[in-house]
Amino acid sequence: MHKSIGEINRKIHDGSVRVVTAEEMPFIVEELGEEGALKEVDVVTTGTFGAMCSSGAFLNFGHADPPIRMERVWLNDVEAYGGIAAVDAYIGATQKSTTLEDEYGGAHVIEDFITGKSVEMRAISRGTDCYPRRTITTELLLENLNEAIMCNPRNGYQRYNAASNSTDRTLHTYMGMLLPNRGNITYSGSGLLNPISNDPQFRMIGSGVPIFLGGTAGMIVGQGTQHSPASGFGTLMVTGDMKAMSGDYIRAATMTGYGVTLYVGLGVPIPITDLDMVRRTAVRDEDIEVDIIDYGVPQRSRPTLGRVNYAELKSGSIEIGGEEIRTSSLSSFRRARQVAEELKHWIEGGKMEMMLPTRPIDPVKSAQPMRETVQGPRVLDIMDTRVVSIMETEEIATAAKKLLKGETNHLPVLDSDGKLVGIVTTYDISKAVVNPTKGSRVMDIMKRKVVTTVADEAVDIAVQKLERHNISALPVVDQERQVIGMLTAMNLGKLFGGRWLK
Amino acid sequence: MKLVVTFSRKAGKKPIIAQVVRDTGILINVERAMIDSSEGEALIDIPDESCTLVKERLADLGASVRILEAGIFLDESECVDCGACITICPQEVFWFDDDWKLQMDESKCVLCGRCIEICPHRALSQKSES
Repeated sequence: MHKSIGEINRKIHDGSVRVVTAEEMPFIVEELGEEGALKEVDVVTTGTFGAMCSSGAFLNFGHADPPIRMERVWLNDVEAYGGIAAVDAYIGATQKSTTLEDEYGGAHVIEDFITGKSVEMRAISRGTDCYPRRTITTELLLENLNEAIMCNPRNGYQRYNAASNSTDRTLHTYMGMLLPNRGNITYSGSGLLNPISNDPQFRMIGSGVPIFLGGTAGMIVGQGTQHSPASGFGTLMVTGDMKAMSGDYIRAATMTGYGVTLYVGLGVPIPITDLDMVRRTAVRDEDIEVDIIDYGVPQRSRPTLGRVNYAELKSGSIEIGGEEIRTSSLSSFRRARQVAEELKHWIEGGKMEMMLPTRPIDPVKSAQPMRETVQGPRVLDIMDTRVVSIMETEEIATAAKKLLKGETNHLPVLDSDGKLVGIVTTYDISKAVVNPTKGSRVMDIMKRKVVTTVADEAVDIAVQKLERHNISALPVVDQERQVIGMLTAMNLGKLFGGRWLK
Repeated sequence: MKLVVTFSRKAGKKPIIAQVVRDTGILINVERAMIDSSEGEALIDIPDESCTLVKERLADLGASVRILEAGIFLDESECVDCGACITICPQEVFWFDDDWKLQMDESKCVLCGRCIEICPHRALSQKSES
């Protein structure tokens, strides 16, 4: 049996269409079987409501008198991109305010417009013969704009890896607050309600397909940026009229320590034309797996702590290595359900018709990492390779002499195998002189917890270590914990004026 | 029941909470404490029925004691039920009900402030004590 889109649309028109949410679909298939479900169900609605950083809107302000060619534009002190004609701008969700920083950004401007608040627009220009005006400041409501077209380059991620943190300090990430020592796991996404997870072959999801976006009817532009369905991370570029959107489904947010983002409500209706679509939309939380990524490692390819499915994530806790770790979401499943429900009512009420994609989305593409032609400085580029060190069994006085002679403030301390076991600074020696009761050997006064770096670590990461621990030197160690160099605040001076500033 | 105990340390470093535990035999749970060289404030949790006794004994030892009434305020118009507050709360104040709506048990809150800091929608604040 096959149902055509035309057939489904006829049912939408005469009111006999049967629409269910992607949450209801697995039960229907279980109850009626695949053939039965195909006969029964015409459309499955999906929904997601979560942080979607890659969002924003094109705004057209109309011409002022005398006219201005706006070169730089600020909306409530948030800069919008003005490099498009005279009175157009793109306000990006994550752009932060020049005055309020992370507490207000492009996402807040969008929400304020949608909820009817007045927004101050400022713009500057150099002035031309046809556009003589150089500055403008005005208060604007959404209704004062000619157009406000939301256009989000990357929304509706098919799934998102969960996050945890194995280090001993709290991390503030775009995945929320990650407690030390794997103290929690955060995740995002609506699982079985996710649009692409219900059509991973992109048979019904593609350019021109009508969707729910921010409380109004929008459209899929095509594949989103960084679209990577080969590994289960497809994305969508979507658009919709901001003037018809609702503050219930477009919400500005700040991820503390990370920055501004926009919570977007997005739902795609999926016409059920054949058995394959029945099977796809019967997807359950148990079928959608993600990795738990360790955000404690500051590299692009972070290690994983395990693989889980959305049913496990939604259960509230996961066991990893015999340890129970609590899980919590950053996206709202409640609102995702509301999106799918509302979309269902629209279709049942004849407000939205089904449409096949006018252009397909690549179902097997893989996103590439950035091609880097100039490698940023690494520790080995600027470290000091003349290492003055001391054995742990030596006298404190010897350490003092070495510090003076070596013109350094830090002495890595080695054991008899030449491995790093501690560090002494001029401060430690001074303390030992003032308060000589602790002992006379280096091992008696050295700090045993040494923060280290490795030769191929990015200098930016090493600098973070220096700042975080409030120290001024890092021993550079190899795999055997032999000290092969020292990175001090002084070496960082090499970054200025050198080839790294080109 | 939670009590906020403030005391001056100018008179000496008397272990007043330990003293009350020993004198009354009531087990006091210190949930949060900030003590510096001149003064201290501790948030303690005690069984409701021992409230009067503990308050009196602490007052006798020179501390000022009040019942903690302030808690966390959830602005429902800002909250989107995302759940970012759930696992970062050391007291497990927040959870989802069967409809994925955020629920909270204010009586467990020790006012650590972590949820206020991280709520993506700035929906949580500390109630002012009246």
